[in-house]
Amino acid sequence: MSVPMDSIYQQIILDHYKNPHHHGLIEEFDAEVHHVNPTCGDEVTLRVRLADGAIADLGWDGDGCSISQASTSVMADLVVGKPVAEAMALQERFLELMQSQGNAELTEGDEDVLEDAVAFEGVSKYPARVKCALLGWMAMKSAVVESDRQEETA
Amino acid sequence: MPFDVEAVRKDFPILAREVHGVPLVYLDSANTSQKPQVVLDTLTDFYANHNANVARAVHTLGSEATNAFEAARGKLAAFVNAPDRNEIVFTKNSSEALNLVAYALSNAATTIGAERFRIGPGDEIVVTEMEHHSNLVPWQLLCQRTGATFRWLRIGDTGPDGGRLVEDEIDTVITERTRVVAFVHQSNALGTINPVSRLVARARAVGALTVVDASQSAPHLPLDVQALGADFVAFTGHKMYGPTGVGVLWGRYDLLAGLPPFLGGGEMIETVDMTGTTFAAPPHRFEAGTPMIAQAVGLGAAVDYLSALGMENVAAHEHALLEYALPRLAEVEGLRIIGPATAVDRGATISFTLAGVHPHDVAQLLDEGGIAVRAGHHCARPVCVRYGIPATTRASFGVYTTTEEIDALVAGVRRVGEVFR
Ligand SMILES: Cc1ncc(COP(=O)(O)O)c(C=O)c1O
Repeated sequence: MSVPMDSIYQQIILDHYKNPHHHGLIEEFDAEVHHVNPTCGDEVTLRVRLADGAIADLGWDGDGCSISQASTSVMADLVVGKPVAEAMALQERFLELMQSQGNAELTEGDEDVLEDAVAFEGVSKYPARVKCALLGWMAMKSAVVESDRQEETA
Repeated sequence: MPFDVEAVRKDFPILAREVHGVPLVYLDSANTSQKPQVVLDTLTDFYANHNANVARAVHTLGSEATNAFEAARGKLAAFVNAPDRNEIVFTKNSSEALNLVAYALSNAATTIGAERFRIGPGDEIVVTEMEHHSNLVPWQLLCQRTGATFRWLRIGDTGPDGGRLVEDEIDTVITERTRVVAFVHQSNALGTINPVSRLVARARAVGALTVVDASQSAPHLPLDVQALGADFVAFTGHKMYGPTGVGVLWGRYDLLAGLPPFLGGGEMIETVDMTGTTFAAPPHRFEAGTPMIAQAVGLGAAVDYLSALGMENVAAHEHALLEYALPRLAEVEGLRIIGPATAVDRGATISFTLAGVHPHDVAQLLDEGGIAVRAGHHCARPVCVRYGIPATTRASFGVYTTTEEIDALVAGVRRVGEVFR
């Protein structure tokens, strides 16, 4: 069963929802965060481990709507193994895309760096769902900040 | 005259709209209803030809506006069979009507002559677990202000025959200590119609006041405040084919006359001195400031429209839709009805969950097919907690709903299941 071309439920989103990546909490981690989205009641718990200025590993567990769960899965694929600075730049770009209210002009460069995450473009037209798409990304950002803070105080 | 739904649909211009390139199927009337042309025309005519402030202008337009506003009060009184038109207080919505009662009651604590309304430590306020937050939070706040105890009647089992109050507990929860019993007539989250006469009889027997939230019943069944027997009844215009910004509190005249005001301002006074103020008689005592004049007049047109259809006919039409929809929805794989699964003591508002699919995804994907439903906790979060679910999808019907639209809903929900499976 397929969905219309202009559906926000692109096949990529449905695939990640049904088979989420980096799903499950990792044993060794520098920080753990728990974020919720009150509109849908979405929840995500996320752990990261940093090494040599990069995101060495990330694992998450969650519950909620397909947009939140699929977006967290896509985000995890994109940032694991990336230098922290690059992951933060991706987070910024994805945030901009989500805040575009459906008027984002995606370049080929965007598609190269955001990969599967461009499938969420359609979500930006629905203010009520933008928070769902951002949930995992925001959790990743706070977990990285939290790890950095712990390193400084350590 | 048989109910002609196709004729009714022609009265609602918005129903000719398309969304996402397909005809709109509007199944969110419990959230807010659509408006018939006659209500839109009434609003325009008021502003175009009669607009002025009420009660204070002596000029012609002022008299016309005042007459139209007070005529609307008379229409609302007749619509709910109130014995006296001065028992109709215009508020901005149900929420304000319910808050008005709760605040007037706590204001009574410091008002000479209002001793019989005083509430304090040792007293109890009773609500139900299926209240809309608008008939729950104001009473929790009243308890905080006065030191009274907040109690509630529970929802019984959550199976197919469930979603109803535990009636055995009515006599143990409502006791001599109870001062107010506030409950919803028809639940917006479950569709359940509550046993008003049992609740009112018990409250009466212990000397408690009764407050009925009729937000979801006024649009759908004949509402007779004298037959209900309650002390206060609240409802909201926008759910009964009227404009937003206007609601009604009906209260027994002797009670309204004994209560102190909620809001102070223009229009609610008798005389004002720098050393003190005396208050107007009901209903004006409770209508501080310039009221929602055009909206009240518009609501008057809405109840005329409903009365012309006949509330008995409206109720029969919607009951037939409910009997059509319940078994068809129940057949969809993975679908669980949240609320009574039979059409007994139940309104045409159906909440459900679909296994493996979040309600927001159900609603969003239905919207892509032109079908408007609501997803969430419907401002009745304790109901979701009781059922152990985060949210539901809810389809709700109105005078313009057809069986074809229910077929579209059932097919749409099936399709959602297939997309996510
Ligand atoms: C049962 C019930 N009570 C109260 C309300 C509050 O109505 P309003 O938002 O118009 O004040 C609603 C509607 O949202 C309702 O369904």
